[in-house]
Amino acid sequence: MNNALKTLTNGILKENPTFGLVLGMCPTLATTSSAVNGMSMGLATMFVLICSNIVISLLKNVIPDKVRIPAFIVVIATFVSILQLLMQAYVPAIYATLGLFIPLIVVNCIVLGRAEAFACKNSVGLSAIDGLGMGLGFTLSLTLIGAVRELLGTGCIFGAHLFDGQYGALIFVLAPGAFICLGYIMALVQKLMKK
Amino acid sequence: MAKLESTFKNMVLSLTAITLVAAAGLAAVYMVTKAQIDAQKEAAQNAAKIEVLNGQEGTAIECSADGFGGPIRLMVGFAANGDILGYKVLEHQETPGLGSHIAEWFQEGGKGNIIGMNPGKNNMTVSKDGGEVDAITAATISSRAFLKAIHNAYGQFCEQNGNAVATDSVACYTGASMPKDSAECVMHHCCSEGKEVNHE
Repeated sequence: MNNALKTLTNGILKENPTFGLVLGMCPTLATTSSAVNGMSMGLATMFVLICSNIVISLLKNVIPDKVRIPAFIVVIATFVSILQLLMQAYVPAIYATLGLFIPLIVVNCIVLGRAEAFACKNSVGLSAIDGLGMGLGFTLSLTLIGAVRELLGTGCIFGAHLFDGQYGALIFVLAPGAFICLGYIMALVQKLMKK
Repeated sequence: MAKLESTFKNMVLSLTAITLVAAAGLAAVYMVTKAQIDAQKEAAQNAAKIEVLNGQEGTAIECSADGFGGPIRLMVGFAANGDILGYKVLEHQETPGLGSHIAEWFQEGGKGNIIGMNPGKNNMTVSKDGGEVDAITAATISSRAFLKAIHNAYGQFCEQNGNAVATDSVACYTGASMPKDSAECVMHHCCSEGKEVNHE
């Protein structure tokens, strides 16, 4: 039980995908233009992470070492495609804003990274918890960056107006703002973690 | 169970089995969701049709033009004389916070309101180009692309309605001056309930 808890918090704090491992930067930078986009991307990635971790952990003994990467990619890509179809069918509004980035989850290094570093060496239960922890860490990070960018850029958080959008600095919603926010938030998180 | 050795036979068998199962799983999910996805798409289109006609009699036309980040796809509602009844952005990839404002900027009450204008009578270009429409601040390219899509839709509208409109509006597009992209437009002849009465 202690082990499970450690695995869970590991992904959220110590080995946070965004601020600790610094993996999956492409979706982090691209989808965090608003809090809701960042959160949706995080949740979508979490779904794929949990499913692929479980399946890869189950299959770890029947996948020969030399073909493990293609096998992992097939498993991950399958879950991403399933997710894409499900979103298209049941949450078309979210799919409309995020649809472009969903296929990118396949090449998100955090998913392959956890398959390689954790799921293929650990039990099914622990792998699922690792996927959950990593997914939560990723979701929290993306939501945080998205919220900061949305606030500075447009004066809203989750679409709720805090101040007039006229005074927002649009650069934060655009690509350079993604780098600036990521850098500062990462520095801040690192400083807080060191204490 | 011991881990499988990386022999040629094992590798082929293992990868083949995994891809087969993956393919079968995907096919199953595809079949289950297909009906729902089609229904969603159709519902979105019907909703857009009703919305752009704004409760009035007219024609809804789906049209696109190349924007800043990709194609901008619009549904535009025209009254019989070519006045714009409404529009809805169906799909775009414009910059969030800048070009993405096309969804509400040109609506009634927006700063660049085009509702009630007529592409045949009004000079519907951005004010920077000498027209009557205020472009979105810092998103002139998106604004121009949006208006181009409107013109494309209008070109299609004129081609379908031919003479009836030409007598009413000054500069209806004829075959030669038709924007090239209007071939991409889809016509939806419909009444205000969004039901198609005469699909071309």
